[in-house]
Amino acid sequence: MSRSFIARNPSILWFLASLAVFTLVITVLSEGFGIGLIPTAFVKTLGKTLCLCLVAVAMDLIWGYTGILSLGHMAFFAVGGYMTGMWLMYARTEEIVVQALASGPIPATPEEVAQGVTTQIFGVVGGSDLPAIWSFAHSAWLQLPLVLIVPGLLALVFGWLAFRARVNGVYLSILTQAMTLALALYLFQNDSGLRGNNGLSGLQNLPGLGHVSQATTSILFFLASAMLLALGYVLAAFVISGKFGSALRGIRDDEQRLRFLGYPVEGYKLFIFTLTAMIAAIAGAFYYPQAGIINPAELAPIASIYLAVWVAIGGRGRLYGAVIGAAFVSLLSSWFTGGMAPSIPLGFYTIHWVDWWTVLLGLSFVAVTLFAPKGIGGLFDRLAHIATPARHGAALGPNDGALQEKEAQE
Amino acid sequence: MSSLLEVSGVSVTFDGFRAINNLSFAIGAAELRAVIGPNGAGKTTFMDIVTGKTRPDEGTVTFGEMPRSLLKMSEAQIARAGIGRKFQRPTVFEDQTVSENLMLALKAHRAPWRVLFWRETQAHRDRVQALADQVGLEDHLPRKAGELSHGQKQWLEIAMLLAQEPRLLLVDEPAAGMSFIEREQTTALLVELAKTRAVVVVEHDMDFIRRLNCRVTVLHEGSVLAEGSLDHVTKNPQVIEVYLGR
Repeated sequence: MSRSFIARNPSILWFLASLAVFTLVITVLSEGFGIGLIPTAFVKTLGKTLCLCLVAVAMDLIWGYTGILSLGHMAFFAVGGYMTGMWLMYARTEEIVVQALASGPIPATPEEVAQGVTTQIFGVVGGSDLPAIWSFAHSAWLQLPLVLIVPGLLALVFGWLAFRARVNGVYLSILTQAMTLALALYLFQNDSGLRGNNGLSGLQNLPGLGHVSQATTSILFFLASAMLLALGYVLAAFVISGKFGSALRGIRDDEQRLRFLGYPVEGYKLFIFTLTAMIAAIAGAFYYPQAGIINPAELAPIASIYLAVWVAIGGRGRLYGAVIGAAFVSLLSSWFTGGMAPSIPLGFYTIHWVDWWTVLLGLSFVAVTLFAPKGIGGLFDRLAHIATPARHGAALGPNDGALQEKEAQE
Repeated sequence: MSSLLEVSGVSVTFDGFRAINNLSFAIGAAELRAVIGPNGAGKTTFMDIVTGKTRPDEGTVTFGEMPRSLLKMSEAQIARAGIGRKFQRPTVFEDQTVSENLMLALKAHRAPWRVLFWRETQAHRDRVQALADQVGLEDHLPRKAGELSHGQKQWLEIAMLLAQEPRLLLVDEPAAGMSFIEREQTTALLVELAKTRAVVVVEHDMDFIRRLNCRVTVLHEGSVLAEGSLDHVTKNPQVIEVYLGR
């Protein structure tokens, strides 16, 4: 019975193998490293999709396994993006400023460079001082750890307040949504110190790698995203295997029972909430350099709702389901909204998918919920013949001699 | 004999309704006790207070040889201190196997970090097997708990309580929905368990209590109306009036 971790979770091997084959094929077909069949823009789309798959894995941990429908994980994703974005933007602007000042008669002092960077970045929102939250942005070693620290602390404090007060179910979802909205509204302000609705831009340029083409960078980011997704998947599989996973599913199915078994349920929720927030933040930190730009619209509550839809369509409670859902729906969505899907002329009306895509998405969400509650991932279960217990209704009383259900309800 | 659990002078009010009114109750370290009473007598609220789900307005609840107040502890802490609770309806984790259910309940560290790095050993598997044997589920370990019959779920829940090695078991209507034979087995199990620990059984069914053959506490309107052997309390005219006579 005591088998290895991989043997107990065969989906890990399947997943890693498929991911490896996929990355290999894309790399070979890419412009940067291969024969150039796939344009760089599409490599970036695929790299971003892998990051979305990672955040979907985090969402599946918190929602599919623990049963906490968080509608705020895309906020952690975006905060992670902002944290890398600050460093990328500062470093890139610094390079430009140094270059510009180099033509001057006397070499620029560090103060002049810093002032130049500040004017470059904040001129657009009318600022001339570097906001305090940018204090670490000049150094990758100081700024990049914030990718984990800031969302982690945010999740820890928020989760501590919410879980300690035993906010559950739909109320918790609303609370996470409110947090997301509040954060977005704050970031929209020009004096938030993060350039208001301009957001951060030029993130696709890596400092010190100005001479490397975007074709190459895109593949490097694509491979890094794939590696990250693999690590995240294995970590998530480790968390849900064994007794810890059992306890998480226990929280989802009957939190009270678990509490009376002696488990500090609030501690578990806080742990998984913070862990998944940090996974989401790392995903965001790799997503936005590929997107090139981040602004507060990325934190809009709708983003987190999309995340929930991906996981629902892919199949809750299965890690591969979440990955499939995120990849499938987000790629499909960029195909439909990118104007690539052919319009359907009906004679009296033409269906333009750019307008009708959300309707289609909504309908498929309803269809999945009604007809395939286990989502796309559930199809794999059918192949593997995994059955769920279907014992519903009046389960009380195996025969007439027993006390009837009515009595047990009293 | 000193008592394991001592509840004294406890009152609790919900929105002006006094659910428990100056209730006092004590049970020894190895004793079987039945608690009966009409609906609304406060039986479930009494269990809620002992397990930390409800905080009383006044009174004290202490537990153990070196009496410790339970009033400042969370549900999980009280459970870890050695009080197990069985709910009225069988509550097991239906989507998990019988063996996973029991593993989850085994006495061990409960902190997230310790559980995350906890690894199953042969000793754990032996213990799970022994528990399953004890309640007659030895052939069902790999099955999902949701597939079990109602009576089997009740036993699984009892086995999960035993896995925690509690010193006090609170059992809410264990025989509800069981067949005649299942009831017989449950009675025997409870009597056996009470030899090594304290067991409090809340029950409606007089036949079942008669078979338990133990001291009975009758609750009425949130306080103790009578206490003693079943024959003794059933002769009490007040008890007859509020409970048995109807």
